[in-house]
Amino acid sequence: MHPLRFRSSKLAEIARKNRLEIVKAGLTRRELFKLGLVTSSGYLVAKRGLSALGGCNPGECQLGCSPPTTPFVDALPIPPVLPQRVLSDPGFQPPPNQQPSGNPNDARTEAHQFRERFPAQKFFITRMRPNAAFKFSEDATNLLRIGPQLIWGFNQGAQATSDVGLFPGPTVVSRYGTPIVIRRFNELVPDSTGFGVPEVSTHLHNFHSAPDSDGGPCDPVFTRFFGTGKFYDYFHSMARAGFDTNQFRATNGDVRETLGTLWYHDHRVDHTAENVYKGLAGFHFIFNDFDTGNEATGFHLPTFPQFDIPLFLADKLFTPEGEICFDPFGFDGLVGDKFTVNGRIQPFFEVQKRRYRFRMLDGGPSRFYQLFLTNPSNPSQSIPFWQIANDGNLLPRPVEITSTRIGVAERMDVIIDFKKIWDRFGHPSRIWLENRLEQLNGRAPTDVILPPGNPANVVLEFRLVGVDNPPDGSLDPEPVSFPHVACSPNDCVFSPICLPLLPSDTAPAPEDRIRLTRSFRFERGNGQWQINGQLMDCTRFRFTVQRNTAERWILRNNSGGWQHPIHIHLEEFRIIRRNDRQIQCGDTEFIRKDVVRLQFNEEVELVMRFRDFRGGYPMHCHNTIHEDHQMMLLWQVQDTGDNLTEP
Amino acid sequence: MAVVTRRAWLATLSLAPIAGGAAAWAEKRRPGRPPQKLSGRERIQRHHLPNVELIAHDGRRVRFYDDLVKDKKVIINFMYANCQGICVPVTANLVRVQKLLGDRVGRDIFIYSITLKPEEDKADDLRHYAEHHGVGPGWLLLTGAPADVDHLRRALGYAYADPAEDADKSNHIGMLRYGVEPLMRWGACPGMGSPQHIVRSILWDLG
Repeated sequence: MHPLRFRSSKLAEIARKNRLEIVKAGLTRRELFKLGLVTSSGYLVAKRGLSALGGCNPGECQLGCSPPTTPFVDALPIPPVLPQRVLSDPGFQPPPNQQPSGNPNDARTEAHQFRERFPAQKFFITRMRPNAAFKFSEDATNLLRIGPQLIWGFNQGAQATSDVGLFPGPTVVSRYGTPIVIRRFNELVPDSTGFGVPEVSTHLHNFHSAPDSDGGPCDPVFTRFFGTGKFYDYFHSMARAGFDTNQFRATNGDVRETLGTLWYHDHRVDHTAENVYKGLAGFHFIFNDFDTGNEATGFHLPTFPQFDIPLFLADKLFTPEGEICFDPFGFDGLVGDKFTVNGRIQPFFEVQKRRYRFRMLDGGPSRFYQLFLTNPSNPSQSIPFWQIANDGNLLPRPVEITSTRIGVAERMDVIIDFKKIWDRFGHPSRIWLENRLEQLNGRAPTDVILPPGNPANVVLEFRLVGVDNPPDGSLDPEPVSFPHVACSPNDCVFSPICLPLLPSDTAPAPEDRIRLTRSFRFERGNGQWQINGQLMDCTRFRFTVQRNTAERWILRNNSGGWQHPIHIHLEEFRIIRRNDRQIQCGDTEFIRKDVVRLQFNEEVELVMRFRDFRGGYPMHCHNTIHEDHQMMLLWQVQDTGDNLTEP
Repeated sequence: MAVVTRRAWLATLSLAPIAGGAAAWAEKRRPGRPPQKLSGRERIQRHHLPNVELIAHDGRRVRFYDDLVKDKKVIINFMYANCQGICVPVTANLVRVQKLLGDRVGRDIFIYSITLKPEEDKADDLRHYAEHHGVGPGWLLLTGAPADVDHLRRALGYAYADPAEDADKSNHIGMLRYGVEPLMRWGACPGMGSPQHIVRSILWDLG
């Protein structure tokens, strides 16, 4: 469980002083509310810029300037599954082979690594397109304030113009053992919205991909993004990490490296934030022989897609006229004042009184969430649920929680048992998924936990419907969860997807042995992001890791009042400690991860392997505004590594 | 009525709620008229590219939006003439960037360095600075009325949220801002980065 820090921020302190002074001046709290000068948490919220007395100027893109909307009037949309396509589809001319086709519209210039060993068996097409009439709400009153408007998205692969870009994009569903190719077309054009660059590179976030199909930001040799009218074939082996090591060659990788909940998103260098914010992102789920997507088999996790539900969280800003907006001149980050889930503002979702798996993703650009379940009829109730996965990985033992912290690009799979909630918490007809973490700007949350039961903080409303005892063949995590069951480092509830051997200084196999410790200080100097005092450079790799070895990386946040979700491409890591605290069994971070939150003044120790592929990858902050201001470095994997300890 | 401090009064002037800003929003609605919609370009111009009057190091008086940015590809940074810190390497970098961009600078790409100390830096000071550092044609150093220059600096995002941090000129933001105004395409990179990296980043956006 996450330790919650209830300390006040400096800003909150100033706000509190302001409030006291205003109260002394004789304005009542009610009058202040009417003036819109105080939030539910009691804080005055600073809003910089050109605002006039008590209002927002036309076109202003600031916290507090979005039009008011009525929550819980839209049903939660579920993105469609991307359909598989036959190779005779006209979209596959020229065909998606291992070698690039040489066609002038084929943006790829590299061969797919390891494709001869893993011949592609399933093929997909998707087209990045505008959607000229996207609705953030379908409610008539809300539509008067935030009308249909232009966003970007991924379509379902057809050429027909009716197959518009969707946000979130179609969910890609694949399976271990069935290699895939996804051909992604760029059919975006410049428009008048004021943000979004029609050049793209699609990263499959968390998957173990070669640089040719990783969808990275930049490279000293290759241009990773491609422009309008071009396409790129992304190949994914659907093999687990370790497939090219002696230990796991015969099994096509280490089964313990199985991944489940991934997402894809644009990674156009310097413009990732605006492109993802404009809609270029979606989920990618991987099933396997154990996590089958069918509650009658394998681990008996709730059946996809009826009871296994993606939740793409994204906070947005709108102008007072109701148009989605993005500040391309902001350095700090962007926090929105409208919570969307799967593209709708504060939707509702009708649930049966049974267990569901929710795959929650913080789609950014900058907000951290602390998500609780709230009974609006009795907000003081503390309602448990069960976290079963962190990022793409099933935990060694489900953990009972009453809230979970999630930073940009992190994913948390949870089981919510509405039957138990119905029985134990007084037959509530509604349950809120509520974000109670205060965040006033893009730099960091204040770490203030807001009081429960405020509709403004609700991300999603669950409505409990139907009979009292619907069929439910899914695993009940409660009896096997921590702390109901004492945990141990050898736990493996979801066997054989157990924790892989932790790399150590003395392990016999080279890929298990820590070859080197490297340290990285994340700092800011003169408003420029630096790592170990150096700036981002797309023209060179900062260091070279030796292929099929392990390393220990120490990441330190020296940037003062900022927090950074740091993402490392290629393979996952284990977090060994945060500051002086060892990550232990029973922690929701006692698992493989691909994003680590670097919170105020934290130092984290990671160990990770670098297996199978050769080539360049980035490490970067996934607050995408920080990322676009080049809080990033490039490194590479080759057969011989260097020994730079502070690269 | 008790005295309200300046801080609290400023707070009442410029604050709005974090969510459900109905009151603030309602203030601006004129009953019976549809909300005025701005194009993205208009929005950016109005909020980020103010048309303030500036004085260039060659003595010309110019308007920031109309004369310097509108319909152009531009590179922008902030500096001051007696800066002993990062201005020196950033200016040296920009000189190299100018060389790498060749005759495009002044033809279809324009560089603007805006002073952070308009009260000290007059056109003559900037002219000396330009001559001393080898600033070529197509690159203007700019000053103006302090209030205008500060407004411009904030509009372009070159201000820290923390006033104490913002007041320390030696710690000023060293990022380069570059963009294609009619396409509303704006990027940024660290001014102290390698010139090769800067030119690559800039050309990816400016074409």
